[in-house]
Amino acid sequence: MVRPMVDAPTTGSDEGTADAFLQGDRSLRHAPGPYFGSYGGRWMPESLIAALDELEDTFEKAKADPDFVAQIADLNKNYSGRPSLLTEAKRFAEHAGGVRVFLKREDLNHTGSHKINNVIGQALLATRMGKTRVIAETGAGQHGVASATAAALLGLECVVYMGAEDCRRQALNVARMELLGATVIPVTSGSQTLKDAINEALRDWVANVGHTHYLLGTAAGAHPFPAMVRYFHEVIGEEARAQILDQTGRLPDAVCACIGGGSNAIGIFHGFLDDPSVRIYGFEAGGDGVDTGRHAATITLGKPGVLHGARSYLMQDDDGQTIESHSISAGLDYPGVGPEHSYLADIGRVSYEPITDSEAMDAFRLLCRTEGIIPAIESAHALAGAIKVGQRLAAEASSAGEAAADKIVIVNLSGRGDKDVATAAEWFDLLDKDSVEAEIGKEGEQL
Amino acid sequence: MTGVQDITSTSKSAAAIDKARAEGRAALIGYLPAGYPDVEQTIAAGIALAENGADLIEIGIPYSDPVMDGVVIQAATTEALAKGFHVRQVFDVVRGITSKTDAAVLVMTYWNPVIRMGVDEFSRLLAEAGGAGLITPDLIPDEAAEWMAASDKYGLDRVFLVAPSSSPERMKRTVDASRGFVYAVSIMGVTGARESVSSAAQGVVAAAHAAGAERVCVGLGVSNAGQVREIAAYADGVIVGTALVAAIRDGGVEAVAALTKDLSAGLTREEA
Repeated sequence: MVRPMVDAPTTGSDEGTADAFLQGDRSLRHAPGPYFGSYGGRWMPESLIAALDELEDTFEKAKADPDFVAQIADLNKNYSGRPSLLTEAKRFAEHAGGVRVFLKREDLNHTGSHKINNVIGQALLATRMGKTRVIAETGAGQHGVASATAAALLGLECVVYMGAEDCRRQALNVARMELLGATVIPVTSGSQTLKDAINEALRDWVANVGHTHYLLGTAAGAHPFPAMVRYFHEVIGEEARAQILDQTGRLPDAVCACIGGGSNAIGIFHGFLDDPSVRIYGFEAGGDGVDTGRHAATITLGKPGVLHGARSYLMQDDDGQTIESHSISAGLDYPGVGPEHSYLADIGRVSYEPITDSEAMDAFRLLCRTEGIIPAIESAHALAGAIKVGQRLAAEASSAGEAAADKIVIVNLSGRGDKDVATAAEWFDLLDKDSVEAEIGKEGEQL
Repeated sequence: MTGVQDITSTSKSAAAIDKARAEGRAALIGYLPAGYPDVEQTIAAGIALAENGADLIEIGIPYSDPVMDGVVIQAATTEALAKGFHVRQVFDVVRGITSKTDAAVLVMTYWNPVIRMGVDEFSRLLAEAGGAGLITPDLIPDEAAEWMAASDKYGLDRVFLVAPSSSPERMKRTVDASRGFVYAVSIMGVTGARESVSSAAQGVVAAAHAAGAERVCVGLGVSNAGQVREIAAYADGVIVGTALVAAIRDGGVEAVAALTKDLSAGLTREEA
């Protein structure tokens, strides 16, 4: 890839372009990268640029190859179980102002979340590049498990980097990855969290790039990762748009998703970016509260910077050192965010708001009890946001003399909550104080 | 482009390498992380480097996410940050060394701390402190528009990296964008002492020279005089990092002085 050398973005706001979009001047869908406004790019060591070029070239050719597209479609249908359902949540909706709420059921995919969409796509690209080994980072273990799954399916060696503390807390997910044939390497450098697992995976990639593909788990990182990971998740939004038209005969008023790195969100948002009547909301992890310093509300409170290969909003101190994030949800506990989200925030196309741990856990319990669905705590952030959005829409409808029940909200239920039962049991104090589980819970272990 | 040419002729790094070349040897470049074990000892060790044979000194800014560094340097920079190191202190280190020695002093930094301060402001403060320029491990010329402008404005060297994986096109682009010297990464990997220097290094240096680089220095994995001698035979300079960090960790400033003296013995090229 040859790109002009001196037209790299600097700073400055992209505000105003949303209006141009809403007047129908141009499409926001299929943004190719490397830049999304002033975000994105390749802030990476030169040693890895050749590999990024190779990946970009392979990806572009694969997208244009009907065999590849058919291969993805086949695995999505016959391995992952797509299309995922769009389920109306009628009893839950009573708590969201009485609007209609629909859940996009990514929790029903094989491995229990949207992550499978991306890992199958990237693992297939790895085989097309002739690479025999994939490496991945993981926080709580969901992307690690998905990567190990895709590697097993395609016969690739798989190594997963995971913070040492996360390995201890998520011992069962470590076992899951090992059952699937992957090697899990605990990361003890830096803050020993997800961002350090990414650092360690990048160090591995530099040294082994000849036969290794870095299977990044979110729509962040250097080009082509943000555009490529989005491409593999676009199926979420495409299905949801067709399903809501089929079930209700019209587009939704709002679409809600949770944002860590932002891969499930960009996947569902993509289907609706060019529909001006659809309001789009991304819900970040507010942790203990955005005024406490213990949160992961990157867009809400961060400043633009570069981390892990892309320019984007970033939680950083005055020296440009990355700040550790905090969230009850390991999948949202990341101090960066995908660059396309930063762009969509600046132009006003998507509204990003924080949801605290407490709000998320209330929504978690509410969905369990009203719909019989245990959501991932990540997805519970989107549910909590949807309650607020539903109430706002209901208030608007009321003042316009319309019925709340005519308003429609789609929530991306990005994953199932089986992995979160121990956290939830501790949060809601459901464990007998003398039980073995309570003892384990005190140590932060997952059951 | 004439402005760039004018600055090239006053490049502090180029002058230091040319001086070594005039003495019939390769230049020695020593790396130390700022603030490890503290700012005063970094300055003292930098002066010891210069007094014992280093021609250029590379001062690293401790950063929270050093993806190109191995465990020894990671441990040192993590400790410096834990002790409260602030980015602005790097200018105290540079000034402390340049005020006492003739060595060219470059700063090695990941890019986000520079963006956070402002590329122009960072460059101005570095130039005021007597710094020669920047080595940028995670900034490629494609993303360097602001740095190109600021380095021209303040007369600073911009040392980009080339790697065994660099295509001929990228090699040319990077060489063209660099000033002072080009940093040739000896192997595909991160910093850290290695028993032998990869045979890839010589090829990278040859490719950079062929692409028009006048000065090419080799780093990553170089830790002893034998390796220095091997590289000095074909490169314009040799960069040593991890071994010096281990020296200051284990033996303080005296150990840095002793290792530098030992390393510099390998610089002289054997007569053809």
